[in-house]
Amino acid sequence: MYSLYRSVSTQKRTCPLLSVQPIRGLVDEKFKFVVTNLPPNQKVTLHSLHQSDDKDFWEAFGHYVSDEHGSVTGFKDESLGGTFEGTEPMGLLWSMRPTSGSRHGIRLRKRDTFRPMEVCISVYSGHISQGFSQQTPLATSVSERWYIAPGVKRVNIREKNLRGTLFLPPGSGPYPAVLDLWGGGGGLVEYRSAILASHGFASMALEYLGPEDLRLEDTDASYFERAYQILNNHPMVKKDNLAVLGLSIGSVITLNMVSYSKVIKPKCCVCISGSHLVPVNKSLFELFEQLKNHADKLRVNEDNQVIYRNLHLAISCESGKVDVGRIKCPLLLVNGDDDQTFPAVESAEDMAMMMEKAGNRHLLEILTYPGAGHLIEPPYSPHFRATKYKLQETNETIVMLWGGQTKPHAYAQEDAWKKILAFLWQHLSAP
Amino acid sequence: MYSLYRSVSTQMRTCPLLSVQPVRGLLDEKFQIVVTNLPPNQKVTLHSLHQSDDKDFWEAFGHYVSDEHGSVAGFKDESLGGTYEGTEPMGLLWSMRPIPGSRHGLRLRKRDIFRPMEVCISVYCEHLSQGFSQQTPLATSVTERWYIAPGVKRINIMEKEIQGTLFLPPGSGTYPGVLDLWGGGGGLVEYRSALLASHGFASMALEYTQDTDASYFEKAYQILNNHPMVKKDHLAVLGLSLGSAITLSMTSYSKVIKPQCCVCISGSHLMPVDKSLSDLFELMKNNADKLCVNENNQVILRNLILSLPSQSAKIDVGRIKCPLLLVNGDDDQAVPVVESAEDMAKMMKKAGNRHLLEILMYPGAGHLIEPPYSPHFRATNYKLQWTNERIVMLWGGQTKPHAYAQEDAWKKILAFLWQHLSAP
Repeated sequence: MYSLYRSVSTQKRTCPLLSVQPIRGLVDEKFKFVVTNLPPNQKVTLHSLHQSDDKDFWEAFGHYVSDEHGSVTGFKDESLGGTFEGTEPMGLLWSMRPTSGSRHGIRLRKRDTFRPMEVCISVYSGHISQGFSQQTPLATSVSERWYIAPGVKRVNIREKNLRGTLFLPPGSGPYPAVLDLWGGGGGLVEYRSAILASHGFASMALEYLGPEDLRLEDTDASYFERAYQILNNHPMVKKDNLAVLGLSIGSVITLNMVSYSKVIKPKCCVCISGSHLVPVNKSLFELFEQLKNHADKLRVNEDNQVIYRNLHLAISCESGKVDVGRIKCPLLLVNGDDDQTFPAVESAEDMAMMMEKAGNRHLLEILTYPGAGHLIEPPYSPHFRATKYKLQETNETIVMLWGGQTKPHAYAQEDAWKKILAFLWQHLSAP
Repeated sequence: MYSLYRSVSTQMRTCPLLSVQPVRGLLDEKFQIVVTNLPPNQKVTLHSLHQSDDKDFWEAFGHYVSDEHGSVAGFKDESLGGTYEGTEPMGLLWSMRPIPGSRHGLRLRKRDIFRPMEVCISVYCEHLSQGFSQQTPLATSVTERWYIAPGVKRINIMEKEIQGTLFLPPGSGTYPGVLDLWGGGGGLVEYRSALLASHGFASMALEYTQDTDASYFEKAYQILNNHPMVKKDHLAVLGLSLGSAITLSMTSYSKVIKPQCCVCISGSHLMPVDKSLSDLFELMKNNADKLCVNENNQVILRNLILSLPSQSAKIDVGRIKCPLLLVNGDDDQAVPVVESAEDMAKMMKKAGNRHLLEILMYPGAGHLIEPPYSPHFRATNYKLQWTNERIVMLWGGQTKPHAYAQEDAWKKILAFLWQHLSAP
């Protein structure tokens, strides 16, 4: 799409020009940045800067050299250094990290899904790696990254002590739906559901850890079954065209529900960074009690970062595994092989064996990404190898080691998202 | 830009799919509409619907036939009928009109420029021309059209009696400036300045009333020129209609207003505004008998303006010292732009500054030459300032050539501004 701005500007102006297209895109959409009107063979640094909803600053940068026409084209030229290297069109997003002097162990989360993520992209002269705020850029452009497409609607779900947010796609419906279960960090994490709605799914983000009027003792199967029914019975939802999507503990819950519940019968499930080694027989309270009882199995590395993964292995020795041989719908597992939080890879292998034995192996699809960690988020989100985290079972704030290396983790996020959407469409498209 | 949505969807889904790219664009950016997964050779209607800031509904539609692959591509296929015909990628915007049952004489204006224009694009089965709200579309997509690019900042200007809004481009400045003078409709019309800031100009939309005189505009010009984010003495003045007359007068006579260049849309040097606007309006009131109405009782203002110079002087455009771009429609019924432009060319030739003048004359276009893809209004409700009378003003123009004029003029205006305001 050849923008008006660019066509007018390149003819008439002599200063360096930076174009980022689209200037307003969805978070999972690629952008293209092009710098023109530079001197040929000029060293420049492309820099991105973002201030999060938590007010921290995040940045990334790449070192480029302009070609003989004085241009740098982010989607085909190579970065020679910086926070990313090589031909990486989206490196300025996924390689972002807190600016120097920031608080330690922070994570980039979108809280207000109706306001876009603003990213300021600049071009600087020379190959610089710090002190960007003291330099004057050659050109600047602001780009917006949106979690919601135009027309997406947000509906608060509040029924007794059940809390969630339903995002509806544009148009009049009805739509296939997704019950979206985030992980043990708690709270109401909406941004993934918002982007799912932007792709045509009625997606309900469910809060299950954290609401004041919801005790852990009451967060049992019936809580999730009620949420599922609310979604399935919603007038804008295509009845019985539901999927359950979980991350981390959300995946654990998903596997439990789908194996045992008489109410939760989705067309398909997606479990990101999950494990079947933790049965949730009663309520989440019991689950966390168990985790607490095995706290001695927690290890820390030399940076005092907590490696959580062994805990699950210890628990399953005592209380058994989720009987995934009972699952009756297609199941997609999305894992990183450097997951330090859950033993996702071992769990997936064991699940495959159990399902082979039970005769439902054909329902299982496993995506294992080399070098990816635990927090497999929507595409182009920065990677965090370790961040601050409050353990639910003890209320202790630690530094949790999630794992993964930045570049392969970024690849995993981008590839997994495409495959998750395709999987959901494949199983939820109703005739 | 091949969107993720489209690539996933086309592989996996069998229902008709509608894609509008970009989903969020600037107002003057083209979009591409593609429908896929239709049966081949299927008659369909592409429909657009928008609810304005004034709460009225506007719509447009085109009749298409899918190809052998079951696709319709709005940017290359032909509309066989509807509110526009032929290969018109942007027809669903510029051919919009109020839906049946709307109030008469409406105009589409953006009031809150920080919220985008939401347009709902739908595909319907068969060739429909009415009753869209009673039908279920095959697919729907919502697209946003923004007047501001990300990072554009808005500053209220309220210095002494000067009222305006300054829009600054993203980044840390300094920027070339534009003083933006709207027409006689009055009020503070911000949307053009917002769009200019999205293109890199610090643009100030100025509110003025009939009590203003030259010193008001000079003060406004100085405020803009002295602003810390504005490149000093890299200013242009851009006017529409009465704003153009003011521009011509200021540039000819003022010792303070000395822009690098000027753009006058649908203006005339036959409207003397060298004293105060209230003097001009007195003159117009006294000549009210020269006003014509057509058979639809729509007021044709041009004749009144043509009659004015017999009583007072024309603006002496021979004194202008900077490049001047005139943008006119030859079917302008409100202002005699054609006659005025010809006469200005003669005056400037005589004075030796003809080389500064460039005239764009668009056949079939009317008076209200707005940013691209805005709908065309041949006549709308209007309040005459000099009598406070509510009339229906005939602006002129035919929809398709007027749409072409808006698109082409905008490109040329931006190029002209950049050409003369780009500093070394």
